Amino acid sequence: MPQLEFDTYTPQLVWLAITFILLYLVMWRVALPRIAEVLEERQSKLQHDLDEADRLKGEAETALSEYDAALGEARGSAHGIVADARAKLTAELDAHRHEVEADLADKTQAAEAAILAAKQEAMAGVRAAAVDTTSAVVARLSGNQVDDSAVGSAVDAAMSGRA
Amino acid sequence: MAESTEQHGPLEQFEVKSLVDMHLGGLDVSFTNSSAWMVLAIILATLLLTLSMSGRAMVPGRWQSISELCYEFVANMVRDNVGSEGRKYFPFIFTLFVFILFSNILGMLPYSFTTTSHIIVTFALAFVVFLGVTVIGFLKNGLGFLKLFVPSGVPVALMPLLVVIEVISYFIRPISLSVRLFANMMAGHTMLKVFGGFVISLGLLLGWAPLVFLVALTGLEIGIAFLQAYVFTILTCLYLHDALHPGH
Repeated sequence: MPQLEFDTYTPQLVWLAITFILLYLVMWRVALPRIAEVLEERQSKLQHDLDEADRLKGEAETALSEYDAALGEARGSAHGIVADARAKLTAELDAHRHEVEADLADKTQAAEAAILAAKQEAMAGVRAAAVDTTSAVVARLSGNQVDDSAVGSAVDAAMSGRA
Repeated sequence: MAESTEQHGPLEQFEVKSLVDMHLGGLDVSFTNSSAWMVLAIILATLLLTLSMSGRAMVPGRWQSISELCYEFVANMVRDNVGSEGRKYFPFIFTLFVFILFSNILGMLPYSFTTTSHIIVTFALAFVVFLGVTVIGFLKNGLGFLKLFVPSGVPVALMPLLVVIEVISYFIRPISLSVRLFANMMAGHTMLKVFGGFVISLGLLLGWAPLVFLVALTGLEIGIAFLQAYVFTILTCLYLHDALHPGH
């Protein structure tokens, strides 16, 4: 069994010591610090990115709540404006309507007065025409001049009897 | 070193052959095939773990991922099994893991030499761990380290027996640690060679059956190469934990 050939032990041990110590020095001084550095860098970069993401998320949430608040405020003021406008319009409309109604009432009164005047005038015209016509008819039939006042009272009597 | 009848035996692969004879003050420091594979292992490990990180990419590529995976694998092992005081010993434990892993994996190449299939290599590694852990235990805890051998909550009558058992199990650690790795590597590679021999001797007609088994066994052996590197390293972590926290 080659493992029990003792004269091979010294060279094996010597070269094991040389190679193992060399590998240890290279790992300890060069390889491991470099790997550790890269891993740490990545870790810190990741942490930094996560922190940044957290910060941005917080900012976004703040902005969102601010926007919500502004939206609510705007909605409230819009309601106010609409209510104001409605009240103002109603008031204006009412005023206008009152004005128009008053105007219409005035005009109606004037028109009624005018109609009454026209009616009286027309009635007066009818009486004069009736008196003239009656005088003429009586004069022609009887050949006598009739007194104007007598004709007038007769016409009045007839008209009041008709009216 | 080997007899002629053993020229193509399953144990031939474990022979240590000198490539360059060297002596230093009566000490045989010849550069052997074992030395060559150790040197290759540390060169490949160094290349993988330094070149792959030269890009220092924020999003790692394949090779960089392998390096980072190795690092985090061992770092987590140390953190979980030793605790935060284990950070100081992390470079050593990482080197141990990488050295054993590369030796085991390189041993899977055809015609290669598995440096960890020699008991003297695994024992040297285990003994360094044992010695280091014992020294750290006494440096950190003084004589309080001896509490490791006195289990708490045990009847006084049983105490002497248990202390003896604890002491024995403590001193067996380097042996069990080294034999586990060496035996796994040696048995696996011997089996591969034996079944390889069957494939040839049974010929084209019947050789397929052992060949199929050989393929499956090769997959298993690659798994064992990883597993034994892991087991050696995690046991080192547990021993280190004992040294830092000797109270049961």
